[in-house]
Amino acid sequence: MLNIKKGITVLGTKAVEFIRYIGALTIFVGEIGFWLFHPPFRFKQVMRQTARMGASSLPIISLISLFIGMVLALQSAYQMQKIQAEMYIASLVALSVIREIGPVLTALIVAGRCGAAITAEIGTMKVTEQIDALETLATNPINYLVVPRFWALLISLVTLTIYANFIGMVGGYIVGVAKLRIPHHMYIKMTFEPLRQSDMRNGLYKSFVFAIVICIIACFEGMRAKEGAEGVGKATTSSVVRSFVLIIACDCFLTALMYFIGR
Amino acid sequence: MIEIINLCKSFNGRKVLNNLNLTINTGETTVIIGRSGCGKSVLLKHIIGLLKPDEGQVFVDGKDITRLSNKALSQIRMKFGMLFQGSALFDSLSVWENVAFGMLEHDNKKKSDVIGRVRECLSIVDLRNVEEFKPAELSGGMRKRVGLARAICMKPEIILYDEPTTGVDPITGDAVNDLIRNLHDKLKVTALAVTHDMTSAYKIADKIAMLYDGKIITVGTPDEIKNTSDPVVKQFISGEAEGPITRGGEDHG
Repeated sequence: MLNIKKGITVLGTKAVEFIRYIGALTIFVGEIGFWLFHPPFRFKQVMRQTARMGASSLPIISLISLFIGMVLALQSAYQMQKIQAEMYIASLVALSVIREIGPVLTALIVAGRCGAAITAEIGTMKVTEQIDALETLATNPINYLVVPRFWALLISLVTLTIYANFIGMVGGYIVGVAKLRIPHHMYIKMTFEPLRQSDMRNGLYKSFVFAIVICIIACFEGMRAKEGAEGVGKATTSSVVRSFVLIIACDCFLTALMYFIGR
Repeated sequence: MIEIINLCKSFNGRKVLNNLNLTINTGETTVIIGRSGCGKSVLLKHIIGLLKPDEGQVFVDGKDITRLSNKALSQIRMKFGMLFQGSALFDSLSVWENVAFGMLEHDNKKKSDVIGRVRECLSIVDLRNVEEFKPAELSGGMRKRVGLARAICMKPEIILYDEPTTGVDPITGDAVNDLIRNLHDKLKVTALAVTHDMTSAYKIADKIAMLYDGKIITVGTPDEIKNTSDPVVKQFISGEAEGPITRGGEDHG
């Protein structure tokens, strides 16, 4: 009996915490929405953040996209060789990279790299009273800290996704032409033939949504950080975990939406 | 003038401020003393609108800041300067960007004017040639001074000091006290400091108020406080381990 009571209490507390979290998140999103279109606009900061996030993620995105493109080509070669359809490897790599792997993988890397950095930075500012100091200097923290990072993430993620798509296809090309002996012109032709504009567009829509998710979660978790270094560590962990889960969930939802709309 | 009326604030069911009343007159330096964790910083944060009270009002020059919109609150905050306990300097910015922050955000002044004002503020707090340093490269005492320079850069009418001498050595602490006293004498600002350092309190205060059990239990000049008969205040200012505070306050009142 006591255990049931205890269980219900724990469940109730968790439910209240969850509702509070959603409520605070909704208010936070509303504030971002307001400040996105209200001055002061901080172009310099947006540029600085974009350069920081974009440039710093470039090497790791190049490396991972290249390898994933190669792996995709090699894995599909197993099946395609059985039915003598090697030339379709190019189309398969291009479509999977542009529609799915490019946007999702880039978003996951950026969430792990930049999202975590944003949470740690804002979280540290929170626990060292720098956010309070901003407010006492009559500067809104959402406008000063969150909005520039929002635009920067949007610009960087979409650009990095286009870049990752290209590098992924290069990876496929290297394996296809050098290892599987598909003729160069045939590989190029089969890469671009099945691609439609909507494939590219749908992939970019996804990265657009992922950028919004990463920014909201990373900044929100940073702003909620408390109790010193340990709190910042916890906030950074939950920022990365929640971003990853939400990216995959949004990917599933968007893919389904695009599938049904596109039919 | 700042007027605090029946201020109440609880955190996780614990009442930190309980029907607190206090008036701070224009041009006066008021020091709030009390034990660590008794709610001094919480009170300070209510005065500048960083925290919203559960009940009660805070009037700054006749305006109840607990009911103001964010925009109106921002305007009121332009009257304030605040020195934080840990200085709270923006660590991604250099010293000069920290001090100039308010001016760069809110004034459309020429860069040369801003630089001039920053140098002036830094020289008031006795710092030179540190403009290009990052806060992490400074000592604790220097950071406190930069924090003070940032607080006075916009020529505020009211300055709030959260533990101005905590975390610095006694000599730097005394220099900070002198700075606060000088600022008061030169700029005629209204100042409110919270501290548990009695040497600092006696040196800078026109009035001392003691916060205990969520309320202001006594207000007086430094001399009145020194000669008080209230056992709670007596124990606090003499720093004795045994007394009504440590027994739960049954002797008070």
